[in-house]
Amino acid sequence: MKIRFTLNGKNVVLESAPLKRLLDILREDYHLFGTKESCGEGECGACTVLLDGKPVTSCLVNAIHVNGKKVDTVEGLSKTKLGKMLIDCFDETNAVQCGFCFPGFFVSTYYYLLNDGDNDLEKIKKALSGNICRCTGYQRIFDSVKIACARKKVGE
Amino acid sequence: MMNFKEVKHSIPKVDGKGLLTGAHAYTNDLASDNALIIKLLRSPHAFAKIKSIGTKQASNVEGVECILTYKDVPRIPITRAGQGYPEPSPKDKFILDYYVRYIGDEVAIVAATNEKAASDAIKLIEVEYEVLKPVLDFEKAEGNETVIHPESEIYSMFPIGLDAKNNIACSYIDTMIVGDIEKTLKESDFVVSERYYTHAQQQTAMEPHTSSAFIDVQGRLNIFSSTQNPYHTRRIIGEALNKPLRDIRVYKPRIGGGFGAKQQIHNDLFSAIVTLKTGKPSKCFYTRKEVNESTFTRHQMRIDVQLGADKNGNLKAFDMQVLSNTGAYGEHSLTTFMVAGSKLLPMYNKAVALRFEGKVVYTNKCSAGAFRGYGAIQANFAVESAIDELAAKMNIDPVELRLKNCIKEGETSPVFRVMGEGGEGIAQIMDSCKLDHCIKRGKKLIKWKEKFPSTQVSSNKIRSVGAAIAMQGSGIPLLDMGSAVLKLNDDGFFNLLVGATDIGTGSDTVLSQIAAEAIGVPVDRIVITSSDTDTTPYDVGAYASSTTFVSGNAARKAGLNMRVKLIDEAARVLQAVHKDDIVFEDCTFKLKNTDQSITLKDLSEGLYYKYGADMKQLIASGSNTSPKSPPPFMAGFVEIEVDTETGKIDILDYVGVVDCGTPINPNLAKIQVEGGILQGIGMAMFEDVRYSESGQMLTNNLMKYKIPNRKDVKKLTVEFAESYDPAGPYGAKSVGEIGIDTPLAAVANAIYNATGVRIRKLPITPESVLIGINKLKS
Repeated sequence: MKIRFTLNGKNVVLESAPLKRLLDILREDYHLFGTKESCGEGECGACTVLLDGKPVTSCLVNAIHVNGKKVDTVEGLSKTKLGKMLIDCFDETNAVQCGFCFPGFFVSTYYYLLNDGDNDLEKIKKALSGNICRCTGYQRIFDSVKIACARKKVGE
Repeated sequence: MMNFKEVKHSIPKVDGKGLLTGAHAYTNDLASDNALIIKLLRSPHAFAKIKSIGTKQASNVEGVECILTYKDVPRIPITRAGQGYPEPSPKDKFILDYYVRYIGDEVAIVAATNEKAASDAIKLIEVEYEVLKPVLDFEKAEGNETVIHPESEIYSMFPIGLDAKNNIACSYIDTMIVGDIEKTLKESDFVVSERYYTHAQQQTAMEPHTSSAFIDVQGRLNIFSSTQNPYHTRRIIGEALNKPLRDIRVYKPRIGGGFGAKQQIHNDLFSAIVTLKTGKPSKCFYTRKEVNESTFTRHQMRIDVQLGADKNGNLKAFDMQVLSNTGAYGEHSLTTFMVAGSKLLPMYNKAVALRFEGKVVYTNKCSAGAFRGYGAIQANFAVESAIDELAAKMNIDPVELRLKNCIKEGETSPVFRVMGEGGEGIAQIMDSCKLDHCIKRGKKLIKWKEKFPSTQVSSNKIRSVGAAIAMQGSGIPLLDMGSAVLKLNDDGFFNLLVGATDIGTGSDTVLSQIAAEAIGVPVDRIVITSSDTDTTPYDVGAYASSTTFVSGNAARKAGLNMRVKLIDEAARVLQAVHKDDIVFEDCTFKLKNTDQSITLKDLSEGLYYKYGADMKQLIASGSNTSPKSPPPFMAGFVEIEVDTETGKIDILDYVGVVDCGTPINPNLAKIQVEGGILQGIGMAMFEDVRYSESGQMLTNNLMKYKIPNRKDVKKLTVEFAESYDPAGPYGAKSVGEIGIDTPLAAVANAIYNATGVRIRKLPITPESVLIGINKLKS
């Protein structure tokens, strides 16, 4: 089927099998490799993207559900002002280890910040409930998000 | 205190921003678009012999390019364990075999132009199995009527106690004996003699194992792989396919977590053979189910500990008898098992009688392999629980018992000489050991004095503390070797080429910092390339906590050699009478007592373009292996809250104080320890690889196998002791594994301190705590 959607701000049209996973569409059809497959069943959050502005695991979204919608991935979001600031925060605190889960963490955190997330630790933990990381112990991730919250506030 | 310019600084990772913004960096990102997709037909039986296998129907599926069974691949016994050579693991694996030895073992390889065709073809392969009785209980494996490895080709490269007829992959008896253990135990005033069980654990690196292959313009096989050790991978692929190593290149791009999971060969064998057979690029990307069922878990162990002490609290006797389960194949069976002794016995070096013995058996389960902690974590649970049991019998503070008996700076243990990895070891003295400081500092941070043993906080809630200490190593002495090459470019920057393997740990960053410190330039003058068998020099790879220490010293040597060469050239250009008259700082060479100078940039340009007959490429190298493996140490303290009505355990705080020598990049060192602690907590409390009665792994996805999430620890505090090991690069020891060891025993000890329940079998679940509480009540 032919699907039309907005990908990182650009209108695109794609001939796709209706049940093709959004994850595969991003990686195979658009070579956006930032979105990762780790578990393939919506448990780990490594493939998190924004669908119409809300975080989803793209391994559980089919082409048919993307039609007419807006998709934002790490590649697009990290180029925005907020995204750049957030990347700096993760980078400075050395929050990233192997990095495989990080585009997912980034997208979830981006959504949290965009929706007025503050530096309350419990709220941050809730915001990142869809993402798991095996390397870091999460402490630096929390630190980064807290710093990002503070910088966002100053920026505003 | 030493004054460092580049090391001991927490700079961001050299690849941090790239990884964060989703750069094309991992094997699956880099594989060719038209790569054949490889899928495996896997065994539905825990143990069976293939009577017949038909692929005709499957090969008719459109898009299928290649189907391989055991009849189509070389029958050469190998081990998939990527470690030193000669390999200490039994050679007990073929690429494909007519025996399948666990549910998930490979039966056939299918490659097709798309994933659907490969998956469809898999279903059409007709296999007739002779189903055999499996061995699933590792305590019943030795001498079982079922022989898991009946093949005649099985062998070991040197004596490891392999006894395949009795399902024994290796054994270690009558060797690690100091003093008279039986007599010393008899004479001891207090004795603990208990049996502990540790379970298998999944590695769960976020990136599934991935391999892709292609033939290059010179007709050579190129393999891009999520491997922790490209050089071992090249050697083993060459052996398995009977190809000269000159025809093979192995390259590791970025890698999404290792922990030991990728220290073995997995799908590289399949991508290599498919590409060789078809001439086409191929890739094999494991599903999470395959990662869980068909790669490697942690070795399950049964550990009998006997401790004897006199009435003054002096540990006199220390005995361990271990049974380890290596699953279907024996990768890392001997070495993991020996580490259980070699990283625990020396820690209590006051004991006069020591013994360590045991066997590693085959079962029809998923193979066990290398995994962070590597035997030490299993033994740590047993020994550090036993130490607390001894303290309870003696009615003394378990932390004081540890302080009194643990190894101190300047001391040694006979164990270092007797036990190495897979053979004899090398004697060494602890030139740096701040374990006593770590214990005292951790005690203070957790507020042990106020909190030990426990406090009732409500009618059903008790808070308590528990402790454990640990030591690891820094590479394997005189076995592990790493090397580095530095090349000066115009514009005054350096390529640093290392075989070392950054598996997400940040070693590319750490090695760059070390090389920069040695040359005397800022780290932004270093551009690192790593882990390519064609272009980077040899390194064992990322395992055994070796990279910072072993490869770091190589980077330092290369840096110091480069500095000498640079000063030689500057002295010539500036016409210095003595080389000592050249001062190199701020990227400028100055001639003492004159106003003459030349910048590094100008010198590098001159060497490329302007110096006529003196034009040259400056290259310096360094190789390193060490007779020492200075152990990092850690004291771990946990505070928990136990609900005595439900058995639920909350981790309120975990404190780790670590002696890793100089932390080259303190932030990166810290995150290594934090991540290790959380993996240890996962193993302690809920991670458990479970099987059905027929041997089907039940925990084969992330829904059923829970790893720690962001809510499982309320607080994590990691601190480093001020320490400096003269053998390390700028005083550094390793830090990759030490963090994972202590949580198992620390939590078990805290449970005891809260409830009086002693858990000797992992994981420590609410059920096991509640059962224990109820038993005590009755």
